[in-house]
Amino acid sequence: MIKNISNLGDASVYCDFGSEVNKTINSNVIDYFNNLTLQVKKGKIKGINNLTPSYNKLIISFDLSVTNFFAIKEVIQNLNIEKSIKENNQKIEIPVCCDNKYGLDFDRLSEKLNLSKEEILRHYFSKEYFCYMTGFIAGMPFLGDLNEKIQCDRLETPRVKVPEGSIGITEQFSNIYTFESPGGWNIIGNTPKKVFQKLNLKNPALIKPGNKIIFYQISNEEYLKFND
Amino acid sequence: MTNAYFKILRPGTNTTIQDSGRNHLYHIGITVSGAIDQRNYKFANHLVGNPLDEAVVEFAYQGPLLKLTNGNINFVITGDISFNIIRNNSISEEGKCYESYFLNDGEQIDIISSKKSVYGYLSVSGGFELEKIWNSYSINTKAQIGPNNGNKYSIGQIINIKKYNIKNIKAKCINYKCSSDNIVRVIKGTNFDYFSNQAKNIFFNKSYSVTRLVDRMGMRLDGPNLENIVNTNIKSEGLVRGVIQVPADGKPIILLSDHGTIGGYPKIATVISADLDKVAQFIPGTILRFKEVNLEDAEKLFKDYNEETNKYLNEHI
Repeated sequence: MIKNISNLGDASVYCDFGSEVNKTINSNVIDYFNNLTLQVKKGKIKGINNLTPSYNKLIISFDLSVTNFFAIKEVIQNLNIEKSIKENNQKIEIPVCCDNKYGLDFDRLSEKLNLSKEEILRHYFSKEYFCYMTGFIAGMPFLGDLNEKIQCDRLETPRVKVPEGSIGITEQFSNIYTFESPGGWNIIGNTPKKVFQKLNLKNPALIKPGNKIIFYQISNEEYLKFND
Repeated sequence: MTNAYFKILRPGTNTTIQDSGRNHLYHIGITVSGAIDQRNYKFANHLVGNPLDEAVVEFAYQGPLLKLTNGNINFVITGDISFNIIRNNSISEEGKCYESYFLNDGEQIDIISSKKSVYGYLSVSGGFELEKIWNSYSINTKAQIGPNNGNKYSIGQIINIKKYNIKNIKAKCINYKCSSDNIVRVIKGTNFDYFSNQAKNIFFNKSYSVTRLVDRMGMRLDGPNLENIVNTNIKSEGLVRGVIQVPADGKPIILLSDHGTIGGYPKIATVISADLDKVAQFIPGTILRFKEVNLEDAEKLFKDYNEETNKYLNEHI
């Protein structure tokens, strides 16, 4: 499970689950995250401010006025982790329009991957994806793993503005730009579905770590009518 | 009858509402925000008799020009700030930080600028009439979350003040001077060994200067390059306030309150909690040095920092 626990500064615990990025390691991270979240909600652990799961790490930041590294480390070492089956089975469907006005990087991808747009899309839409983590900007999901045939580096020069709703791919991952933001991922389409809604205070992020994602292709007409 | 409010006659460069911060949302990409100098934030509330976690106005460099309308208030400004109070008889009175003032309907507060620091705070007795978003009043301009739709204030807007019986307030002041030392104490980072021996040596023995690329997200430094001998990228992982990242260009970046929640640059060190307020107040051009401390020392230094804060919070002159 956790390979090593160390301190990140004086007010965070850094849990290292292993050096690779794969579903097994990430599921361990998410199990710890879900378990700790529950304990914090129940008031069983005092002083935890934030839990940040990522591919293979979990960072727990705490209020140094209330607790300290050794107290939290002990809590983590004594946790009894149960598999969080419920969360992991949730499937979320995301419609994507890949017309060239939304998919900005098909020329680049075709050249780098030596595949036609149709082949790229066939590989992209024929898989179910897994949410490793969310963040960087509010609600942005990091999803994996892409078919090896469509794995490609980031843009040499990142865009200053990637439109909201853009679907990006790079290396083994896909993401969704929940806000207009700078970014260097290859853009293959855009979703009309709101993946982050700040006005939905109870549940602003549609996709959470551990969720399964199914992308499906829609036409521009369907895209434009989606939110009617 | 409507509440008293401030009308913004000049917004200043970055005027927002802040409090102790927004927690439990890192996992969906929402950062902590909050007053960047937590000690001065608490002092501001203390000096007008508010609970210490009440919302305040935070400003940077040039502050706002505010006209009080529809009531009388007590207010205070904390930080290292130059400001005037423009009275109804048009006489401009020079204001002193850490001293509470009575302001009559129609009078103005002109926050001219910060002096040897960046951020200052304005608190009013009773606090502002605002709504919490995710349990915090803090404005996060990047994700547009918080009061004022998550935006900084602009000209002509108003900030409502809660109804409050100001007769109960006694004039208060404390005798506090902001820190002027430029030693930043840090704990070695989780990627410290990504750097060459020479780089490790440089990091702790040479000076760095604060560039103009500084905002509430982070502070870019300039100085000798820090050579990475392993990899200039790591698998993206969580970040916290105070982390010092070193991207491929070899120049350190200190993360502040509005930092991105995950990132992929190696972490050479983390600023200790006791020094976070001080670091956030460094103006561009400040020359600083890093000093290594261990976890035990950092915890002790934070206890001292809290005790010092509390000493002022118990002081009434």
